Amino acid sequence: MSKPLDYLKETPSQTAGPYVHIGMTPNEYDINGVIPEDLGLRVVSDGVKGERINVKGRVIDGGGNPVADCVVEIWQADANGIYNSPMEHRSGVDPNFSGWGRQPVGSNGEFAFDTIKPGPVPVAGGGVMAPHITFWIVARGINVGLQTRMYFSDEEEANKTDPVLAKARMIAREKTLIGQRDGNIVTFDIYLQGENETVFLDV
Amino acid sequence: MNDRLSNSRAEAGAFIERDHSQHPPAFAPGYKSSVLRAPKQSLISFASTLSEKTGPAFGHNMLGEYDNDLIINYAKPGEEAIGQRIVVHGRVIDQNAKPVPNVLVEFWQANAGGRYRHKREGYRAPLDPNFGGFGRTITDDDGYYWLRTIKPGPYPWPNGVNDWRPAHIHFSLFGTGFAQRLISQMYFEGDPLIKICPIVNTISDPDAIDRLVARLDMNNTIPMDLRAYRFDIVLRGRRSTFFENRKEGN
Repeated sequence: MSKPLDYLKETPSQTAGPYVHIGMTPNEYDINGVIPEDLGLRVVSDGVKGERINVKGRVIDGGGNPVADCVVEIWQADANGIYNSPMEHRSGVDPNFSGWGRQPVGSNGEFAFDTIKPGPVPVAGGGVMAPHITFWIVARGINVGLQTRMYFSDEEEANKTDPVLAKARMIAREKTLIGQRDGNIVTFDIYLQGENETVFLDV
Repeated sequence: MNDRLSNSRAEAGAFIERDHSQHPPAFAPGYKSSVLRAPKQSLISFASTLSEKTGPAFGHNMLGEYDNDLIINYAKPGEEAIGQRIVVHGRVIDQNAKPVPNVLVEFWQANAGGRYRHKREGYRAPLDPNFGGFGRTITDDDGYYWLRTIKPGPYPWPNGVNDWRPAHIHFSLFGTGFAQRLISQMYFEGDPLIKICPIVNTISDPDAIDRLVARLDMNNTIPMDLRAYRFDIVLRGRRSTFFENRKEGN
């Protein structure tokens, strides 16, 4: 028999549990003085380029109730579609933009990120993805962090040719990935289950 | 980094497809909290794009001197947390067995009595005034990390009538790409509660569970001071970028 290849297996995920805030946003949850400031509070700094927006929404469970004990992270490109990451192969990222944010949802079950609208991001081999923000949600009862994307309602043309939205359109769930823009507020509610269940990604 | 060089870089490799047999399913009714929080539809699968190949980076200079020392990082000056003194250490590597440097590792845990310092926690075990339960570190060039802490206690939780969590430490990790983002829990070798825990048992593969169990490491135990536990973590690996000038990912 052939010897199997020796690639390793990924460490299994386990739920972040009900006390995720101790690890993710300790100051917000009264573990004061260990670190000066919780990470991911600010996505933009003064002088950031691009359109300032506020992305807000709720995470809603299968019973229709807001999930008040989750932590939401976002990851996005800058106004020119460039990521602030050592793995970004293009140069010229906006130094006043981190692209990464983290928030516990408040007691009202809402998150709200002060950020900028990202530019379109190229796809290897040609083409672009419409402007989008990656979301990652962890909580008690979520066994593997849930990843999804928010696209923009004011990008109808670009959305038509986006390869990920195209997949969601094939199963008639595209609208669950669209944040609704009204002025500088973009509303994106994430449904874990039910009629409006958000499309989650395996990527 | 030299700009001319960075302009000529090839796009980073895509991630190896996630092997879902190594993870719990979203819907695992033995763990009752998952019932209303599990998506019921299939995930949409596609090869990673730049949005997942990239991820935030964290510099070693953001760390405070005692960030990875839970015995003293919340304690009053000159005092220490109560409990069994341990060090947990290991390497963060990827599926290609390459070390992953600069990984932000955050951890949180209950105190020696099994009590979390959290406003939603109601277990009767006492708080330790010198224990916060949070720490963090960043892996070095060899992917190595360590933390000093006290061994957390097991605790009861409302699921079945009489469910108890095995002693565990929560880990959160960032790799080089956002697709590697991972949260998990580390257990301790020999704990009889592991086998009967509904959260552990959301994972069906016994080998996968075994990889969450840290081993007592007597070789790194400090005599008359603290015991060492070894816990290595594997993040998703990248595929080779064939036909590119420069290989990344293996």
